[in-house]
Amino acid sequence: MNRSFKKKSYWSRRKFIQTSSAVTISSLLAPTLLTGYHLRASGISQPGLPGKHPDMLVLNDRPWNTEAPAHLLDEEVTSMDRLFVRNNGLVPSEIDPEKWTLEISGESAVTTKTFTLAQLKSDFEHYTYQLVLECGGNGRSEFDPPAKGNQWTTGAVGAPKWTGVRLKDVLQRAGLKADAVYIGYYGKDTHLSGDPQKVPISRGVPIKKALEDESLIAWAANGKDLPLMHGYPLRLVFGGWPASTSGKWLSRIVIRNQVHDGAKMQGQSYRVPCKPVAPGSKVADEDMCIIESMPVKSIISYPRTGAIIKKNQILEFHGHAWAGDQSVTKVDSSVDFGNTWHPLELKLPSNPLAWQHWSGKMKFPYPGYHELWVRATDNLGDHQPMVVPGWNPRGYLNNACHRIAIRVE
Amino acid sequence: MNLGLKMLFGVLILAVSCQTREQLNTSIVIESKTAVDSVTGLVIDKNFELVRGQCTACHSAKLVTQNSASREGWEQMIRWMQRDQGLWDLGENEVLILDYLSLHYGPKKKGRRTPLTTIDWYYLQE
Repeated sequence: MNRSFKKKSYWSRRKFIQTSSAVTISSLLAPTLLTGYHLRASGISQPGLPGKHPDMLVLNDRPWNTEAPAHLLDEEVTSMDRLFVRNNGLVPSEIDPEKWTLEISGESAVTTKTFTLAQLKSDFEHYTYQLVLECGGNGRSEFDPPAKGNQWTTGAVGAPKWTGVRLKDVLQRAGLKADAVYIGYYGKDTHLSGDPQKVPISRGVPIKKALEDESLIAWAANGKDLPLMHGYPLRLVFGGWPASTSGKWLSRIVIRNQVHDGAKMQGQSYRVPCKPVAPGSKVADEDMCIIESMPVKSIISYPRTGAIIKKNQILEFHGHAWAGDQSVTKVDSSVDFGNTWHPLELKLPSNPLAWQHWSGKMKFPYPGYHELWVRATDNLGDHQPMVVPGWNPRGYLNNACHRIAIRVE
Repeated sequence: MNLGLKMLFGVLILAVSCQTREQLNTSIVIESKTAVDSVTGLVIDKNFELVRGQCTACHSAKLVTQNSASREGWEQMIRWMQRDQGLWDLGENEVLILDYLSLHYGPKKKGRRTPLTTIDWYYLQE
């Protein structure tokens, strides 16, 4: 499948779909929320998220949001204890994989089909792909004026190997009507307010993305069942798109004849201004466009920032680069704040939509404080900016170059 | 822009213009108020208990402490939570909550790129 978006727009080459600005008016509150008695002892910080590496940075513990410091992401295939967690709601409390079902329905489904987990595993061919998941808000902490939400730095990204069935194989079992344009997901996580009528998140992707070979309904990551925090027992995985499209605790997929209008598809969520705006601008909902493919980006995963080396000591450094639906064709480094750039060795991805590994080595002839910057370029010629890119109200798509501090003695 | 949003922005602009003097008066206090609640991480000052009670009923205090915004920005977050996330009408507490948030969690100037900070220096072996 041709995955290049030809349209050149100011938001690099990402493609957007503009939809109606209908704002969901808040439904009635659960009555319990209106009483003071509901204010339970909460906001209590926990030392870390169970099942996660102790050095993960906890941004939020209700809902759980954790990210990895860059050096924890040094593995070529990200271990699940180092993969960021971005939950919008509360993790479902009762999960019985024997009784878990996935429904395929919606106005553009020819028939409604329901599969048990066992049927999914037995009726369809299995595929394993290494796929990059990155939060649309990765890097949000750098926007000025600040954008609300979890203040991700550089670690809301990772690339485990996911195993499951192709979404297209399952969708085709239900059948797609000719007017199908989008799919939307529903999961079993619950709304933070406790209101069972409210859906914490229900996003999706256009049919074209849904039908790609690498778009998976996955039950395993790195050869093991999905961890609870990552959607056990079933989730979607769309490599290269905002990870919020990769619904967790997946129980239903709807085939839509319009852009999916579930929770966090509309308003300002996972959208950026369709036209560029000055920092701090207010942007009306109807002028916000859905984020699709993520922009080209890279991290320096070795060494950890703050390395002290000797004059003329050879510094070896490496990391990963990725580019949404595109591939990375070049990675360069600079130790003079962009005056000069030097090409690094770059490997091919293990499969489309996986991240790519790069490496380099260099000597620092002068003592003092230095910064190592790395910049990736994709197959369309886009490369990472050195400054924080276009301001947007929710602080998405910051793909500014990663940099680390080096001191030479 | 629909009428509801226009009206909301109108109210926000009014709210900001009314608060400028108060923000100027209170900004002096920031330097001396650094006591932080060990459980929630929230700054302990006037209206701390109120903010803890109202804000952490639904979400972690970390969602407050990691953010920064102008009074208007915090008010927009409250409106968003009321519209989409089931937050109740804060009544007369809203002004007090906004006083606290805009004082202790006001915007930080970052520009296009900040210097690298809090570097944990270590010797890298060859």
